[in-house]
Amino acid sequence: MSDLISRGFRGKRRPAEPGRVPPGQYETRDFPVLSAGPTPRVSLADWDFRLTGNLDRERRWTWEEFRALPREKITRDIHCVTKWSKLDTEWEGVSVETLLEGVQTSAEYVLAFCDGGYTTNLPLADLADGKAWVVDTYEAEPLPPEHGGPARLLVPHLYFWKSAKWVRGLRLVDEDEPGFWEALGYHHYGDPWREQRYWND
Amino acid sequence: MTDAKSQSFAPPPVVWRKAELLAILSETPRVKTLWLRVPGWPGHRPGQHVDVRLTAEDGYQAERSYSLASAPERELPGRENVALTIERLGDGEVSPYLTEQVRPGDRIELRGPIGGYFTWAAEDGGPLALVAGGTGVVPLMSMLRHRARLAHPAPAWLLYSSRSFAEIIYREELEGLAEKGDRTHVLHTLTRSAPPGWMGLRGRIDREMLATRIPPAAARPLCFVCGPTQMVETAASALVDLGHDPARVKTERFGPTGA
Repeated sequence: MSDLISRGFRGKRRPAEPGRVPPGQYETRDFPVLSAGPTPRVSLADWDFRLTGNLDRERRWTWEEFRALPREKITRDIHCVTKWSKLDTEWEGVSVETLLEGVQTSAEYVLAFCDGGYTTNLPLADLADGKAWVVDTYEAEPLPPEHGGPARLLVPHLYFWKSAKWVRGLRLVDEDEPGFWEALGYHHYGDPWREQRYWND
Repeated sequence: MTDAKSQSFAPPPVVWRKAELLAILSETPRVKTLWLRVPGWPGHRPGQHVDVRLTAEDGYQAERSYSLASAPERELPGRENVALTIERLGDGEVSPYLTEQVRPGDRIELRGPIGGYFTWAAEDGGPLALVAGGTGVVPLMSMLRHRARLAHPAPAWLLYSSRSFAEIIYREELEGLAEKGDRTHVLHTLTRSAPPGWMGLRGRIDREMLATRIPPAAARPLCFVCGPTQMVETAASALVDLGHDPARVKTERFGPTGA
């Protein structure tokens, strides 16, 4: 909390349900687009999703195989580090838990990798127990490319840069290593409720 | 700070600082530049931004991000001074306060610099192909100012889209840069209205403009595209179509997020 009052500032105080918008965030009904480079292009014929790194054997799904996996409908609030939060977003996809079924690993961390070269790091535990998905559908429509289509990671309990767009796989690793934004000064974990925006937060 | 251990470099801590508002410049009817003195400011790279935090008397707070407009040169006496250029958004919460209510002497909290990808430093070289829509010009202006201060030899192009002549931000300063003869090329396009006798481009930035007005892919320019989402999406995708290496096309989306 600051001891500096901004003279005459009242703010708009958009009504949000208590407890749904984390500190420093405001609610938006838009769906802003943020990415560091051009939207990558990939044909579904070439698309696959892979589990690599420290595990008993690599796993790979083609688009058809991925689409045939058990699917879930997900409704969650999302929080972007650039300050907007969007409530009750509706997605469809495959739980990461489903993808990890039968995988034997001693890895504790994951580096998600994507078309376009983007990466982000997460503790493996944050992807288990139905807390994360690979989604290909937004509001009942195929996920638009600018929002990460054909498929993106959805990890709604962390800041949205962890929900990597254009995701192509997860590398299971023993040591936490910074991903793209994490190496550029953003927080390694990114809990919006603890306002973990930047590395020293 | 165990988090920082595995970082490839340790950026300065991003802590809240109490800045003093030194001066307000009117850039266009809706856009103002705020010059702030930030005690302890660690310096920045062109393209980076800051978070600004406002606090009401009852403790209610609002935070927003704004790009740094100033060059990072830190010679005295302006060592701790930074400039933010801010557009008043009609339905905004923070921008109307920062563009209309503040006055010199006020104190404002900010922290930064933030962001390390959409940046340009001398060692990155060129040529530079900067593509801006509206206030998207702000971080690109920081790059052009830095380049001018360094007398950096890389040629630079700015293709800049504004709604109207009156809404061109930094117009006179850009003219000055273009006339200096240091290979700065400024190309304006106006999307809604143009004054009689307008000699510049008309219409939104499109593939044709990107194919003919900035260096071709073969020249391997470093492209920075900043503006509203649709403009950035269109321009970045056209650049890739035209053969530019996606790794040399950096983007930043700007503007209102609605609600």
